Amino acid sequence: MTDIAATAPAHGHDHAHDDHDHKPGFFVRWFMSTNHKDIGTLYLIFAIIAGIVGGVMSGMMRLELAEPGIQYLHGWAQFFDPAAGDTQAKHFWNVLITAHGLIMIFFMVMPAMIGGFGNWFVPLMIGAPDMAFPRMNNISYWLTTVAFVMLVASMFFPGGSGLGAGTGWTLYAPLSTSGSVGPAVDMAIFSVHLAGAASILGAINFITTIFNMRAPGMTLHKMPLFVWSVLVTAFLLLLALPVLAAAITMLLTDRNFGTTFYDATGGGDPVLYQHLFWFFGHPEVYIMILPGFGIVSQVISTFSRKPVFGYLGMAYAMVAIGVVGFIVWAHHMFTVGMSVNLKMYFTAATMVIAVPTGIKIFSWIATMWGGSLSFKTPMVWALGFIFMFTVGGVTGVVLANGGVDTNLHDTYYVVAHFHYVLSLGAVFSLFSGFYYWFPKMSGRMYSEVLGQLHFWIFFIGVNILFFPQHFLGQQGMPRRYPDYAEAFTYWHHISSIGYAIMAVGMFFFFLNLVYAFVAGKKAADNPWGEGATTLEWTLSSPPPFHQFNELPRIA
Amino acid sequence: MKSLKTLGIAAALSLGAMGAGHAQAPAATPAAAPAATTAATPAPAAPDAAATTPAPATTTAAVPAGDATYVPMKPTPGVGQPVDGGINFQPQVSPVGEQAYWFNHIILLPVITVISLLVLGLLLWVVVRYRAAANPVPSKTTHNTFIEVIWTAIPVLILAVIAVPSIRLLAQQYEPPKKDALTIKVTGYQWYWGYAYPDQGIGEYVSKMLTEDQAETAGEPYHLAVDNRMVVPVGKQVKLIITGADVIHSFAVPALWTKMDAVPGRANETTFTVDKPGVYYGQCSELCGVDHGYMPIAVEALPMDKWKAWVRSKGGNPDPQAAAPAAAAPAPSGPVPAATVTPAATTEPAPAAASAAAPAAKN
Repeated sequence: MTDIAATAPAHGHDHAHDDHDHKPGFFVRWFMSTNHKDIGTLYLIFAIIAGIVGGVMSGMMRLELAEPGIQYLHGWAQFFDPAAGDTQAKHFWNVLITAHGLIMIFFMVMPAMIGGFGNWFVPLMIGAPDMAFPRMNNISYWLTTVAFVMLVASMFFPGGSGLGAGTGWTLYAPLSTSGSVGPAVDMAIFSVHLAGAASILGAINFITTIFNMRAPGMTLHKMPLFVWSVLVTAFLLLLALPVLAAAITMLLTDRNFGTTFYDATGGGDPVLYQHLFWFFGHPEVYIMILPGFGIVSQVISTFSRKPVFGYLGMAYAMVAIGVVGFIVWAHHMFTVGMSVNLKMYFTAATMVIAVPTGIKIFSWIATMWGGSLSFKTPMVWALGFIFMFTVGGVTGVVLANGGVDTNLHDTYYVVAHFHYVLSLGAVFSLFSGFYYWFPKMSGRMYSEVLGQLHFWIFFIGVNILFFPQHFLGQQGMPRRYPDYAEAFTYWHHISSIGYAIMAVGMFFFFLNLVYAFVAGKKAADNPWGEGATTLEWTLSSPPPFHQFNELPRIA
Repeated sequence: MKSLKTLGIAAALSLGAMGAGHAQAPAATPAAAPAATTAATPAPAAPDAAATTPAPATTTAAVPAGDATYVPMKPTPGVGQPVDGGINFQPQVSPVGEQAYWFNHIILLPVITVISLLVLGLLLWVVVRYRAAANPVPSKTTHNTFIEVIWTAIPVLILAVIAVPSIRLLAQQYEPPKKDALTIKVTGYQWYWGYAYPDQGIGEYVSKMLTEDQAETAGEPYHLAVDNRMVVPVGKQVKLIITGADVIHSFAVPALWTKMDAVPGRANETTFTVDKPGVYYGQCSELCGVDHGYMPIAVEALPMDKWKAWVRSKGGNPDPQAAAPAAAAPAPSGPVPAATVTPAATTEPAPAAASAAAPAAKN
């Protein structure tokens, strides 16, 4: 692309108008950034750091659960509070499950999917020079960072029976109100507030960008599916997060100002919180997975050298998933004591989601059907995604049945289910996208061998980690337990071994990153060949600091 | 307390919380005599409910010694508890559980297995057949309306097939309890359970986890064994009225396909009928704080005559129809802990016996 008529916002730079690749100085560039690619990079680095923190926490939990009894919690709790005893140790367990959930959702998957890849590639794919509101983009990022700091800091403040918030990521009242005294829970709530505000701002930015800044000729029905997925996700964020904000604001006032929204003694209702929370919480799971759908669609199409099969069906299946995702929330609350009619409705509505999801799975397979497939690292992650997401999806159909959920609710079966769709679904799509776009973002090629090793070891590891959890759940093992009856030992032990294997896989991921930056080959503009048809591959690798100063025309 | 005016269902139900003084001897010591008048029951929550007046001492003293033949049952290995390396559901011992188990194993499990294998098979097929080496020139097909209709319609049909037994199962689970169902009031506390049998006049007693040594002595699984079990008769429908005293807990017994949250201020109802005598363990299933993992549940199902003996050993009257229920109830007096009526469809009118102290306020 050419660089005529540059209107590049060059904060404080007086001679920026004739060089489209002129970058501001380090501090201004990375701390006051208004460039969508830089902000995307910041988000990705942030998500990787948060992912390490959240992943280490899950490793601590798997280590503790490898054997019955409590082996490590005391020591860990004493790291935060040298006087920690039994109670504080068990409280620390609850802090771990809470922080792991919040970090992985709000500070790993969402920032990576939407903040990272969304920021990087939505403008590139629609042929726009940047996001619609670059400064709002910047504040979204820094709010997310502050939110993360706030959450981590909460682990050093009293939260009832010990340091940190031990309420679970769902922050259910009354455990999170009268049940947890101390500033830690307030800080955790405030952290979610900030992360939510950041996401709302980001959502506004994406919707505006996609609706107003598409290049000439890029109609909605010509947009790449990744852009579609971010568009639908942005609407979900915009509609769901304010409800969460209201719900947790009422938590704060219940905690601090004597209101009784969730307290039956004052005419409130603890179940009200759950309704509000899951009205956000269920769309949230699609917020995490829909951009993954988009990434996988791009990758499958690229490495099959074939356009996506059933493009319109794919796009509108995502819209349908988004819409239906708003009317199924109470399947998370089948055991709170709902009327049977409600349970029947939510059972039926939940199962409906399987239909558009099935359309997507089959369309991906049909995209490959007749294609000419090459199995580069992004492609194997995408293939792994399709199968793992199917497995997680069908256990979702089991759990959708209110009568069956009676037994499985809040057991490890549920843990296995949502880790299959998120830890093996969303995360696989993240890795797929990361390897797919890494050459574009960095200008360097990663090592194909290390990428394949990463995939296969990770794939084996997470399956050993999570598949046995179905068995534990069917046997009756409840969630969120630091210790368990001896009969659960076998599968817990296997599960922990799976974690260790997965961790080895992650070692190759980081090794690959180091390799790429130290010795990686220079990436071509389009390293994937004729299958890669979206606009980002028409640019250099990495793209210029400001691209599309003259808009591309889409035929 | 502000809730005093709102006496209602849950209020009546939480009465049992005051009926302290009925702690049963720990299961570790084979209950020889009803010597278990240990008033050491930990005072349940709501300390400002001034009514911790001990229950009338007459209730336990009145039991003829020879009548108390209740001895805590030994659990059967593999039943009512997880098994080493087990992968399946626990064997179901209630009609609803058997129905649900059938639904899962005859319909859901085969369907999801076939779908997963179908997707896996298709993936393997395209990977092998359409790899670049085998198919160097990709086709340009981008849609095919017929096949898209097929893969939309067939899942709809499959879901319809699943939905029918699923809805039927729900209906069966939610059948209104029979008139003669045994009512047990369950209260979740941080971190133990309280059980009361209002119709039998058994005030609330507390059920706590046994320590590792106690469990070993009793020959029961640690983490699951409790000191005072919930004891129910085989073959008779049991109606649980479940509430929480502090935060939300969840009463769950996998072998009975039963799980219901104990929500403060709500009285949730669920029912089960146990087909076989035995001990069935469960665990709290909603995060409730530090000792969430240490408040198990044990339901012991006994033949009717033995159950009656147990009731008498607890100082209750197993045949409330014969005697005036109100007389048998160790009616505690005084205010009750926080509770309000929720208009949930699952709420139930207060059991007659428990309403001795609570005005018959209904919603």
